[in-house]
Amino acid sequence: MTAILQLDGLSKAFGAITVADDLTYDLAAGEALGIIGPNGAGKTTMFNLITGTLPSDGGRILFQGQDVTRHAAAKRCRAGMARSFQVPQPFSGLSVFENAMIAATQAAGLRGRVAEGKCLEVLEQTALLDKANKTAGSLTLLDRKRLELTRALCANPKLLMLDEIAGGLTEAECVSLIQTIKDIHATGVSIIWIEHVVHALLAVVDRLIVIDFGRKIAEGEPAAIMASPEVQEIYLGIEADA
Amino acid sequence: MRVTRASNAARIAAVLGLIGLVVLALGPYWAGRADMRLMSEIFLYLALASLWNLMAGYAGLVSVGQQAFVGFGGYMLFALTIFGGLSPVVAIGGAAVLGALIAVPVAVLIFRLRGAYFAIGTWVMAEVFRLTFAQVSSLGGGSGSSLPVNIVRSMANGRAAREALSYWLALGIAVVVIAAVYLFLRSRQGLALTAIRDNELAAGSLGIDIWRTKFVVYIVTAGLTSMVGALIFLQKLRISPDAAFSVNDWTAFVIFIVVIGGIGTLEGPIIGTLIFFALRETLADLGSVYLLILGAVAIVIMLKAPKGVWGLIRARYDLELFPLSYRVHTDKKEG
Repeated sequence: MTAILQLDGLSKAFGAITVADDLTYDLAAGEALGIIGPNGAGKTTMFNLITGTLPSDGGRILFQGQDVTRHAAAKRCRAGMARSFQVPQPFSGLSVFENAMIAATQAAGLRGRVAEGKCLEVLEQTALLDKANKTAGSLTLLDRKRLELTRALCANPKLLMLDEIAGGLTEAECVSLIQTIKDIHATGVSIIWIEHVVHALLAVVDRLIVIDFGRKIAEGEPAAIMASPEVQEIYLGIEADA
Repeated sequence: MRVTRASNAARIAAVLGLIGLVVLALGPYWAGRADMRLMSEIFLYLALASLWNLMAGYAGLVSVGQQAFVGFGGYMLFALTIFGGLSPVVAIGGAAVLGALIAVPVAVLIFRLRGAYFAIGTWVMAEVFRLTFAQVSSLGGGSGSSLPVNIVRSMANGRAAREALSYWLALGIAVVVIAAVYLFLRSRQGLALTAIRDNELAAGSLGIDIWRTKFVVYIVTAGLTSMVGALIFLQKLRISPDAAFSVNDWTAFVIFIVVIGGIGTLEGPIIGTLIFFALRETLADLGSVYLLILGAVAIVIMLKAPKGVWGLIRARYDLELFPLSYRVHTDKKEG
């Protein structure tokens, strides 16, 4: 399979602190990739670099074979990247439906009834339909996270990037979230998912990458990665030689 | 499941608005000369306020230098009629085009600034405009000039006809501006603009080109503001740098109107304009005390109702006269 996303030596430092250190990996079209790592490891920073919210210091980002390293976030989004923010960024003064409409019209380029239909469909999927007329600013944190997912889906992405959307969900909600993401994945959308709720992640992803101090420290088949002593030490704080 | 935009209140408002518009359009047949002058002024301020609101309330571009374009438009009216030989009505359109064009280099420069620096930058720009036009001796230099009588006469036969035309132009421009702002905000671009207003980070990540959207708003606003400026000085018949580029007349009062009416809403500038003129007409005899009262009203509104008078009404009655938002209706029965 051809790669939809290729990172080649991606680097970023804030002064003396390196937050992305020579990140290199490919994501195949239609693949679901999980990202794990301790807090502050540089996972969200990596998303910011890929989506263009943050300019990189070095390295290249190729999306669908095209070098997008110098493209603005908006351009990358219109090319087919959509993300959710770990700290929700709603359009607070607008309703939930209007938040979705912005994604459908600006990112996906849909118009009129088609855009409205797409939003209703996604809102139903993310269980926000009965709150469609509420102001986004009045939502609870959980619903704001749902709204993040809603907007990302309304953008009709080829590459969906999810940043910790399962935290705080009840078991039943988590199951339905997993199903939603599986359904999206089944339509051929490539996914990169940062998540601390590991069992949710493992239910979806084909491959796992572990990041610490901005570096990729392990990569491979999810079960094998989770079982490796190196990962257990760094990620779970269990001594490798114990 | 249905999605609608117009509410019943908006439909009623539209009907009442149309009736009101017809009554106002017939103004020359029922209003006296002084009333028509006052109403013209109200229309022109309404247009200025709606434009400033689009820029500051929606695009987040808080300019205190819109007098640059009011004055520029006024001077272009004089230049195009006196030197270009155009009729005043055509010159008003010309002023709009030239205003939009001159705004392009201005925008490229001042868009490098943000927030308070942007505001100061716009003011500096307006001063540059004022000082520049004060150097043009063929337009009267620092002391200004009057519109030649033959040009004034060329507008229409007789004083009554001229005053009626001037009134209709003012009403027309207010309607055009409000309709343009409304249609813009209702469009796909308008949705992008409201998104930017609420959250630039998210807007950028959802495919919205923030710089370009703000740029378009700035240019369109500048063009229309120049058009209003041309009309203002067609009514005054006299222009001077100090009157044309007055920060008090063309920006401070306009900001007052938008802030007390309700910034970031279409209804706000309309209500604000009515309040401003009600205050002015009842208090103008008090001299400088009138300005003190205006200031006090502005402070009280900012403290007690930061979203303005319309903000209070909307919060209480959930009203929207210009249907911009979307409503989702889920039918109770399974459909």
